[in-house]
Amino acid sequence: MKPVLWKRTILAGLRGFYRNRTVSLSSIFILTITLSIVTSFYLFRAVFDYTLEQVKEKVDVRVYFTTDATEQQVTDIKAKLLGLSDVKSVEYTSREQALEDFKKKHVGDQLTLQALDELGTNPFGASLSVAAKDISRYSAIADQLSEGSGLLGDNKSAIDKVNYYQIKDSIDKLNSIIGWTNTVGFWLSIVFVLMSCMIVYNTIRLAIFVYRDEIAVMKLVGASNMFIRGPFIVEALLYALVATVLTLAIFFPATVWVTKKTIFFFEGLNINAFYLSHFVELALTLLIFGSLLTVISSFLAVRKYLKI
Amino acid sequence: MLYFDRVSKEYENGNKVLSDISLTIHKGELVSVVGHSGAGKTTLIKMLLAEEFPTEGTVSFNSDDIHTLRGKDMTNYRRKVGVVFQDFRLIPNKTAYENVAFAMEAAGRHDDEIEEDVPHVLDLVDLKDKMLHFPHQLSGGEQQRVAIARAIINRPEIIIADEPTGNLDPLNTYDIVQILKKINDLGTTVILTTHNKGIVDNLGRRVITMENGKITRDQKSGKFTL
Repeated sequence: MKPVLWKRTILAGLRGFYRNRTVSLSSIFILTITLSIVTSFYLFRAVFDYTLEQVKEKVDVRVYFTTDATEQQVTDIKAKLLGLSDVKSVEYTSREQALEDFKKKHVGDQLTLQALDELGTNPFGASLSVAAKDISRYSAIADQLSEGSGLLGDNKSAIDKVNYYQIKDSIDKLNSIIGWTNTVGFWLSIVFVLMSCMIVYNTIRLAIFVYRDEIAVMKLVGASNMFIRGPFIVEALLYALVATVLTLAIFFPATVWVTKKTIFFFEGLNINAFYLSHFVELALTLLIFGSLLTVISSFLAVRKYLKI
Repeated sequence: MLYFDRVSKEYENGNKVLSDISLTIHKGELVSVVGHSGAGKTTLIKMLLAEEFPTEGTVSFNSDDIHTLRGKDMTNYRRKVGVVFQDFRLIPNKTAYENVAFAMEAAGRHDDEIEEDVPHVLDLVDLKDKMLHFPHQLSGGEQQRVAIARAIINRPEIIIADEPTGNLDPLNTYDIVQILKKINDLGTTVILTTHNKGIVDNLGRRVITMENGKITRDQKSGKFTL
């Protein structure tokens, strides 16, 4: 397209946007609501992912050693575990630390502490707390620690027990919840996006329906399809731009308010800080999503009236 | 210049609006097409604008069958034809100036050419002082004059005026007919459909009379007779 046509198209789009204020405002209003739904969904996912991450962090598999196990044996097993691709981290708790922790936990319980003193020796073995990269990989790690596996070698006798089998049900349940929520989340977002597309498409279609006679006249005075479409596309881009700015402006105070109400509940998740740190990403997402939606809607809506 | 060769138009419901029309319109003619409502005048005009397609026969402009034109060829053809409608069909959110300039912009004309020609043509139709008015700020006669200015701005070879005075009072009707006559005197072919006996009789030019989708009379210098 020649530069002069670009200029004419942009000017006509700006003029149309300003002169048809009622149509422009109603389109922007609907688009702002749609983009707000998308933003809410985006923030909701962030809260959900954060909460899930917190729960996941709390899950680990603990390997308890016998009291006879040497420090060398524990260190060997720790090194081997760290060599596994599924393992994220391994935390070592020594026998002394375990005793210390027990005492701290029962600091007011004189009877238990007295019984411990009477034993004369430290009854606690060392332990390793193993965190997996993914929650579904705990069973694979537990398998490596089982007797038949070659991982332990001569150190087999040093292991007293692995608690995976006691918490297996909880891990499986959590695994299925994560899988289920991911599937539901995926389909829910597809439904949301489709619904938003339909609402915006129908709004733009209605806005352009008003111009059907004008489009016919433009064709009859010899305007090309692209020359007619151009200003509508410029208007569509302006709707997306204004609606994005409005949505971002609405969500700033909204996230401040929500943060105030939920900061204790979500154990340190600051939604406003999350919103601000993802501001550019969110703004670009909304702008691109809004622009694609309005431009494609406008393109399809005008096409219908160009067929003369 | 314009040839209708055995053109018929029948809608899907069996309603036949044009029946075996053969007609030639030469360059520089001023032709009035008259007939009762439903006689087929508007369909005939729509055929010329390629808004309607014939069921049988062809409509040609010079040697081109206009109903086979596509894309750029159709756009170029439409730029050679200026149209004036009974209901003006101006673009409501554009000023008189912008409505006329639009036709030039669509044809890809330069800005300085537009800035020179549009005021000149609006002056010709006596609307220079109202060129920044929007259609709703103009009277019916003024709106029709803007429509004529838009139709002639690209110096078309043909002007098609479909009942251009249908919504106007006698004084504005006289003005519009005088403008169309002037345009024709400058060499542009004018095709006019009308119900107005006074206009046709005063013009004293070629008159085509239609009835039930057929041409019943074609007189070189005719009168309005139904």
